[in-house]
Amino acid sequence: MKALRKFMDKLKPHFQEGGRLAKLQSVYDGMETFLFTPNTTSRSGVHVHDSNDLKRTMITVVVALMPCLLMAMLNTGHQHFLALGVAAGWGEKFLFGLLAMLPVIVVSYGVGLGIEFIAAQIHHKEIQEGFLVTGILIPLIVPINTPLWMTAVATAFAVIFAKEVFGGTGMNIFNVALVTRAFLFFAYPSEMSGDKAFIKVDSALGYGGSLPQNAIDAFSGPTPLGHVVTGDITHVPSLWDSFVGFIPGSPGETSMIAILIGAVILLFTGVASWRVMLSVFAGGAAMAALAHGCMSETYGASMLDVPTQLCLGGFAFAAVFMATDPVTGARTKTGQYIYGFLIGVIAILIRTYNSGYPEGAMLAVLLMNAFAPLIDHCVVQVNVKRRLRRARAAKNEVKV
Amino acid sequence: MLSKRNKEVLFNPLSNDNPVLVQILGICSALAVTVKLEPAIVMGLSVIVVLSFSNVIISLMRKTIPTSIRIIVQLVVVAALVIMVQQFLQAFSYDVSKQLSVFVGLIITNCILMGRLEAFALNNKPWPSFLDGVGNGLGYMIVLVIIAFFRELLGSGTLFGLTVIPNWCYEHGYMNNGLMILPPMALITAACIIWVHRSRNKDLQEKSN
Repeated sequence: MKALRKFMDKLKPHFQEGGRLAKLQSVYDGMETFLFTPNTTSRSGVHVHDSNDLKRTMITVVVALMPCLLMAMLNTGHQHFLALGVAAGWGEKFLFGLLAMLPVIVVSYGVGLGIEFIAAQIHHKEIQEGFLVTGILIPLIVPINTPLWMTAVATAFAVIFAKEVFGGTGMNIFNVALVTRAFLFFAYPSEMSGDKAFIKVDSALGYGGSLPQNAIDAFSGPTPLGHVVTGDITHVPSLWDSFVGFIPGSPGETSMIAILIGAVILLFTGVASWRVMLSVFAGGAAMAALAHGCMSETYGASMLDVPTQLCLGGFAFAAVFMATDPVTGARTKTGQYIYGFLIGVIAILIRTYNSGYPEGAMLAVLLMNAFAPLIDHCVVQVNVKRRLRRARAAKNEVKV
Repeated sequence: MLSKRNKEVLFNPLSNDNPVLVQILGICSALAVTVKLEPAIVMGLSVIVVLSFSNVIISLMRKTIPTSIRIIVQLVVVAALVIMVQQFLQAFSYDVSKQLSVFVGLIITNCILMGRLEAFALNNKPWPSFLDGVGNGLGYMIVLVIIAFFRELLGSGTLFGLTVIPNWCYEHGYMNNGLMILPPMALITAACIIWVHRSRNKDLQEKSN
């Protein structure tokens, strides 16, 4: 540790004003604060510093995502060997999943952090660590078969147009990871949905088997919701299977157990708002119950019962990790209930009644992101009016 | 003919006072007709014709139009010209007029037209008004063509309907970007052009508070 500190101190003069590498000051600063807690203190006034700074908050979310990531790797391998019809141990499955997901993680972090670094250099600002979470969310919500260059293009688009143009970390209106996915979804629909996107049937970095080409062309592995949207509910896995998570789907979304572990970490550390999380599930359950109540053959998803609706697809993942994003969500307490509830309702509404979209969680969160400031504004105004009325009433009483 | 002021009237709208990039007018049609280059160019030409001639006509009548009904008079003039252009297109290039569908008709409601008639033609002589119309129409067309170039290239892999992205790209996994064909990307492309334009013209940048 001391050697590292010495090394950093030795490098420091080069990056300061007038040094040879002064242009890269923000890179140095970013590295230094990443490695060491800054020991500078405020010089004026009284300040209370919370040890829970932005970096620690971000890292907490990344830690909370680890169960999902591990399950995603395990399930990617599981689905691969299942599709090939090859028996494989858990170790082999995990190794395959690791090799399949590693390139996506590298691309996502490489592109995103690259743009963040460049933007910080241009603006002479410190590098913000906002991308740490986004970079791990992207591999978890992008289907495993998406070509890497598409992921790179989408990540670049999202970081530039959903984040940097609004002023960088903490200023974005829309969830950056979801914008990445939405970009892919609308730009390359054939690669992003349907029955070829979610199960990897060729080898990953040379590991694992591969189906022969004609078998790949004929292969079909839709997600349970992909079946449901066509009105076929015979392929819906049992509640236990979709709870544990060995079903086809985007890598991070399949396992309810892993998501719940993440939720516990987020709630225990107080990083995410329990109001949002709870109300998303409440809204989803309410809408699912309503849809199930007026069940119809035309809409496949309306034939699913409430727990199945909540366990399938990306609903739970969106509720725990996307809706609770403190930057893009509502900030007032009442607002958080409204915001979350509407996300839940709209997600299930889209999934059930729009046959174009088998899953609606992504669109629901993005839509409500746009409305979050409005909700907050209304909540604040209502409060202002209420207090004005109270003040007026008190004044009148004094007069009498 | 082309005094210093007239030159400004003609050339300013191309960049420094561009109707789309600086005045942010005519955005709706910029979204609608820029999926392909060909309709974008035809649309641009139509706007140039309608705008320059309506500018001249309104300028000729500027002293006789009662202020209280000037908008109606302007609309009548523009509508008459637009219908002439529409008939012309239907007669001589039916395919493009079908692609443009209602958008030629909607030139009547294009903000650029009302804006120029109100702001310029009502207070100026016919010749400068004509130049103003041509200049603004050209400024509009340039932006349309740039947007349409990127949207057609990235969205369909073609330019003027001819395939320009070589086949081996597709064989190696390249795909056309379906989002470029949807309206949102027209807005984002326009935003990018404004971004580049502002960073080159520092005097147009808004002061940050």
